[in-house]
Amino acid sequence: MDRYLSITRRRITGKIYSMLEWVRQLGRSGIGQFEKLGRANLFLLNTLAGLPELVRRPSLLVKQLWSVGVLSLLIIVVSGLFVGMVLALQGYNTLVDFGAEESLGVAVALSIVRELGPVVTALLFAGRAGSALSAEIGLMKATEQLSGMEMMAVDPMHRVISPRFFAGVISMPLLAAIFSAVGIYGGYFVGVGLLGVDDGAYWAQMQSKVDFYDDVLNGVIKSLVFGWVVTWIAVFEGYDAIPTSEGVSRATTRTVVYSAFAVLGLDFILTALMFGD
Amino acid sequence: MTASRGGWLRVTVASAAGRKKAKHARRDGFVPYNARHRLQEADKNIAVEPLVKIRDLHFSRGDRKIFDGVDLDIPRGKVTAIMGPSGTGKTTLLRLIGGQLNPDQGSVVVDGQEVPDLSHSALYQLRQRMGMLFQSGALLTDLNVFENVAFPLREHTALPESMIRNMVLMKLQAVGLRGAHQLMPSELSGGMARRIALARAIALDPMMIMYDEPFTGQDPISMGAIVQLIRLLNDALGLSSIIVSHDVAEASAISDYIYVISQGKVVGHGTPEALGKTDSAWVRQFMQGLPDGPVPFHYPAPDYREDLLHA
Repeated sequence: MDRYLSITRRRITGKIYSMLEWVRQLGRSGIGQFEKLGRANLFLLNTLAGLPELVRRPSLLVKQLWSVGVLSLLIIVVSGLFVGMVLALQGYNTLVDFGAEESLGVAVALSIVRELGPVVTALLFAGRAGSALSAEIGLMKATEQLSGMEMMAVDPMHRVISPRFFAGVISMPLLAAIFSAVGIYGGYFVGVGLLGVDDGAYWAQMQSKVDFYDDVLNGVIKSLVFGWVVTWIAVFEGYDAIPTSEGVSRATTRTVVYSAFAVLGLDFILTALMFGD
Repeated sequence: MTASRGGWLRVTVASAAGRKKAKHARRDGFVPYNARHRLQEADKNIAVEPLVKIRDLHFSRGDRKIFDGVDLDIPRGKVTAIMGPSGTGKTTLLRLIGGQLNPDQGSVVVDGQEVPDLSHSALYQLRQRMGMLFQSGALLTDLNVFENVAFPLREHTALPESMIRNMVLMKLQAVGLRGAHQLMPSELSGGMARRIALARAIALDPMMIMYDEPFTGQDPISMGAIVQLIRLLNDALGLSSIIVSHDVAEASAISDYIYVISQGKVVGHGTPEALGKTDSAWVRQFMQGLPDGPVPFHYPAPDYREDLLHA
């Protein structure tokens, strides 16, 4: 009997302990997240401090513009084309019921310029360039290259991180613009070329309804913000990665997941601010 | 010795460079000629002063104490080995000397400068005079061998391209890999990568080189090459070398002085011969590689018999 009681008591205290442990874990991970946020902000400040060196040595930036921006071109162009084509197909089927298929150009252009251009470009960018940046920086850390630079009296924040960050911020609006342009042509190809919408109406309606400031510029602002956030996440996750192969692969995954969250969340906030009233 | 070495580089920096270069030369620590006798005077004083002086060093990671009151002197012009079992923080010690980590307590003085107190720019100035050879080599994977060795020269000097080429080839010749200057780091064997990294570490003619586990994972031939290079470079260039290692035989063979670290403290130091005849049971176990002794073979565990019979 005694033995039974003591076993029960041990089981109960064990349960209580595991619950307490769970609460402690929660607290620890919460504190950890805030610490990380603080680190990320200090990291960003350090990155921005590398701007003067980039102005002095633009070749560092150009090299990264190539690998971050130009090498992302293919996926952006192909995706833009298909997104535009699908939009035209879907839009046409809806509009034709109301006899409003001449507005197809406006529908395609507005959805791409305001929303899909910046958002889809940012998501693709996170997948193509962001993950590559995280993996590259994480591997440089794991193979002691960053440490080695520090010991050669070269600040890796300025030499490695800053050029990549600014290359991302510069590339994103340009890629989004290319995405939008290609998307509109994709819509044109399907709408005018295949479904028989009037050529002149497609462009003319677009010209009269799409506003430069309200639509185009807001889209550019969005893509700037996304570029900033996605590249920040990518370079920070790489730099903050645990320097093992598992740590680097986790950092890469986190980059894509966090970027997607950040882009979609910020898109809602920005849209509410820009077009909310 | 220290002033005249490295001096030729600085003079060439100044003469080859003209007005714009004067700024760079100042940054590189170039001393005007008429001030040089003062430097030589100072040199006499510091000749007896150790290059690295560590006093009462405390450092911990989380709850784990890594160093608990370490005192060390690294003399100038000598090869000093720091040995100890894996996980005793030997690499951490190099990072503390290089200012990549800050101690919780105690002082780390390198060439008369208190490293933890240095500003960012002063620390980077000091690091230009330190070379470090990482265990992996830490070559930049997107640059070929030539560009890797040229990297510190391009970053810190404004030398013309032809001179950079000559200097890089000279450094590569010193480590015997001039013929490999076109290869990418991925095409190198581990031993070659380490020698290239060594060429890069001496590119700026530093006053000291720190070697992090230079013998680990080498085949006998490249091990022999590295062992010989460390000694040769130290003597030919008048460097001071710090080797962190747990390879007793190789480290004893080339070092002038050895410190043995364990559990956060210096447990023994002396010349290799003196350490070989030490009274300390711990140091003897380490130096001779005995499986059991003061460091037990078994990790602490409950009684074996109890453990098996009363599960």
